[in-house]
Amino acid sequence: MVARTEPREPQTAKERDPQVDATRASVKRTFHGETIIDVWNLDFFYGKNQVLQDVSLGIPKDGVTAIMGPSGCGKSTLLRTLNRMYEVVPGAKATGRIVFEGEDLLKTDPVVLRHKIGMVFQRPNPFPKSIFDNVAYGPRIHGLRNRRKLAPIVEDALQRAALWDEVKDRLKDSAFSLSGGQQQRLCIARALAVSPKILLMDEPCSALDPKASDRIEHTARELAEELTVIIVTHNLQQAGRVSDSVAVLLAGGELAEFGPTKSVFEAPEDERVADYLQGRFG
Amino acid sequence: MTKEQREIQKERDLIEGRKKRSVSQWAAFTLLGIGSLFGFFFLAFILYWVISQGASAINWEFLTTAPRNLAREGGIAPMILGSVYMTGGALLVAMPFALGSAIWLSEYAWKGWWLRAIRVGVNTLAGVPSIVFGLVGLGLFVVALGFGVSLLSGMCTLAMLSLPILIRASEEALRAVPRSFREGALALGATRWYMIRTVVLPTAIPGILTGSVLGMARAIGETAPIMFTATAFMMTNPWPHSLFEKVGTLPYHLYGLIKISQHYNETRHIQYGTVFVLMVVVTLLNLTAIIWRSRVRRKKAW
Amino acid sequence: MADEGVRVHPELKIRKKNRNVDRYVFFVLALVSLVALGIILYFIFAQAAPFVGKLKIVPEELGTIQKWGENYAPTTFWDLFSSRWSPASYKHQFFGMIPMIVATALITFAAIGMAVPFGLSAAIFVGEVGPRWLKDIFKTVLELLAAVPSIVYGFFGLIVIAPWVRENFNVISGQNGFTAALILSIMALPTIASLAEDALHAVPNTYREASLALGATKWQTIWRTLIPSASSGIIGAAILGMGRAVGETMAVLLVAGNSAFLSWNLFDSIRPLTAGIALDMAESVHYSAHYHALFALGAMLLLIALTMNWLAEWFHVRLLRRQGVREG
Repeated sequence: MVARTEPREPQTAKERDPQVDATRASVKRTFHGETIIDVWNLDFFYGKNQVLQDVSLGIPKDGVTAIMGPSGCGKSTLLRTLNRMYEVVPGAKATGRIVFEGEDLLKTDPVVLRHKIGMVFQRPNPFPKSIFDNVAYGPRIHGLRNRRKLAPIVEDALQRAALWDEVKDRLKDSAFSLSGGQQQRLCIARALAVSPKILLMDEPCSALDPKASDRIEHTARELAEELTVIIVTHNLQQAGRVSDSVAVLLAGGELAEFGPTKSVFEAPEDERVADYLQGRFG
Repeated sequence: MTKEQREIQKERDLIEGRKKRSVSQWAAFTLLGIGSLFGFFFLAFILYWVISQGASAINWEFLTTAPRNLAREGGIAPMILGSVYMTGGALLVAMPFALGSAIWLSEYAWKGWWLRAIRVGVNTLAGVPSIVFGLVGLGLFVVALGFGVSLLSGMCTLAMLSLPILIRASEEALRAVPRSFREGALALGATRWYMIRTVVLPTAIPGILTGSVLGMARAIGETAPIMFTATAFMMTNPWPHSLFEKVGTLPYHLYGLIKISQHYNETRHIQYGTVFVLMVVVTLLNLTAIIWRSRVRRKKAW
Repeated sequence: MADEGVRVHPELKIRKKNRNVDRYVFFVLALVSLVALGIILYFIFAQAAPFVGKLKIVPEELGTIQKWGENYAPTTFWDLFSSRWSPASYKHQFFGMIPMIVATALITFAAIGMAVPFGLSAAIFVGEVGPRWLKDIFKTVLELLAAVPSIVYGFFGLIVIAPWVRENFNVISGQNGFTAALILSIMALPTIASLAEDALHAVPNTYREASLALGATKWQTIWRTLIPSASSGIIGAAILGMGRAVGETMAVLLVAGNSAFLSWNLFDSIRPLTAGIALDMAESVHYSAHYHALFALGAMLLLIALTMNWLAEWFHVRLLRRQGVREG
């Protein structure tokens, strides 16, 4: 349960500013399930450059939420605000509130946050260590050193990432001995090893061939039964296959539409989103 | 001339010009080639000279005994040891600071006044002449801190001198670690230091070691900074026996044989032998570092 | 399952982020460069400082330890710029730096004058004209040349170059400024060649392509386009080479002759600043006027070397800035 400890913020853009037109008011939709993250009025700047404009949405718990949009619209940036990864870039600034587990995650300890919200990157980035050590890296951060206790965690994570059968006999091998698709699944396992509640995936298939892509999508859907998956993708078909709800960002960092995938794809309310889905731009 | 004839003449001129240009180009390139050979030539000549003159002086006695008879006979073993101790000690003193600086510069530094100031500091240190380090070593370690003319003073002076090289090499090694590794670790909830300790440093170690070897090679050949801070020629006990006593090193021994000793012409074979040993050590260290570095670069799996 | 939150292993102690201790620890370590630099500047100038006031010494008491200020002598700051250096003469000590400054200048300019053509040719040949594999060998050769200790160069100069100079240039002794310049030019060659090569390499390919497309030969392209574009970098390389030459001690100590008399003739025995310091340091008495004079020499040397360094950096920045502007 997400407990609301303070008075409700203005729910829709329309409530905040009556001048806003009806299209934007549809940005916040209610769901039957609960939301796990609520983003309120997020603005994002790289130096003087504004990359996200007043984004507000509520990510539903469990299931897959896709974030889509043309290149450069800020979808990766949005994803990275959720686990505060943008902080590695100097000059990046986020204002607004992002409520997770009752607290504004923009203000809490990012180190603790990141074990609850994991991330998989665009290009597989395993460490130059063995397969076992890659997956065990997360638990080791938190003090778990005993190999006997680590082994079941590693196996479990690799199973959930659908990689266990392929590597169970060679856990000591270097992570780089795996193919691209396997490395990416290794990165998923690595993220899963600390039992996150949310898994962020930043265009995880863009560096992979279609077959490997397919497996990742399949894995994402399976994982979504136990945790929330938020995936950024520029591939419309992938979004359609994989996600339960979808957010469409447009150039300039504006959230144009957010809702259940089927509704948005079949009957988008915003005309620009309709254009995008037709492939007219982006 | 008709218009056609003029056109043909123009073509001819162009071709003539092109020929002339290629001749002058050929001449220019040959000159350049010869000019550039000078560097190779000198290296080859120096190496040949050292080997041919010095190899004959090398024997077991030379490498294991102390100088005798006013350094006209015997060997240079204490000097070899002295060089090793001095250089090794300098590295030991300098490395923590150098690595710490490199880590700050590469992993922690925030854009601002301090970053620029420290960079200026490192670059300026690199430009200070070695004899100035000697003067400062004299003023600071020998006199002010009271270490006296000793191995310790020499180590500290050399450490100061090696700082820029070690910092630059270490920083380069750290920056060579791909950003994706850092991001992956941070995204898992690692703190910055934990990430550096478990991912960045282990990956950068080969490069850092290469840098240390290069620093060592440079320090071993230095004479000026240790001339009045650490060394002596013709000591009663030339073996390095205490941190607070003077030592003999290879390059200073050579200097002594030439400038201090009265028997400059009689010790010629010792001089060549000393040069030989010094060059072998320095060249080996450098080659090791160079080869290692290119192997590490090629081996990268990422 | 979903309601309980996901399985977290009971023994995971979730670590909280500490205060930024690590950042500050490394910052303090990084300060060592500035501290070292500060120490250097302090000691050199503090020990040279007595010459800024009126330095008093008693000529008759040479050889005994004396703190400055206790006795009298007509020695002032401006005496540093006289043209005589005789710190150990009986009646009146002379601390003129000019002979050594002139010697340093003569040797340095001669050395760079010889090194730049060869270094630049090598850089051009290897970078633009020669086969690809030559570049790696070249860089290695340069690194090895740069790694040779200066005393070995000095020894080489003494045994091999000095006699050669004596025979071929009709001079009394091979130990003179010219020999020193020769040796220094070999020592500065790696620095100049390597940096010049970098400067040429940094010129964008579009320049080469444009020039060739207009029908220029490769040589014309190099001569008229590449070298002018890389000029900042090349000048920077030359100045850095000069900086190296100015600071070189052991090689010149052995071959330059080391006479303290002022001479404008490169073929005379002359004594550059670095050798001046090294030679006298062993003989001078702590805290005597001589001692302070040596630190004054050191201060002069430091100023010259750092100025060269700074100038070279300035040119290098100009090169970088030009690249940025042109690309954008």
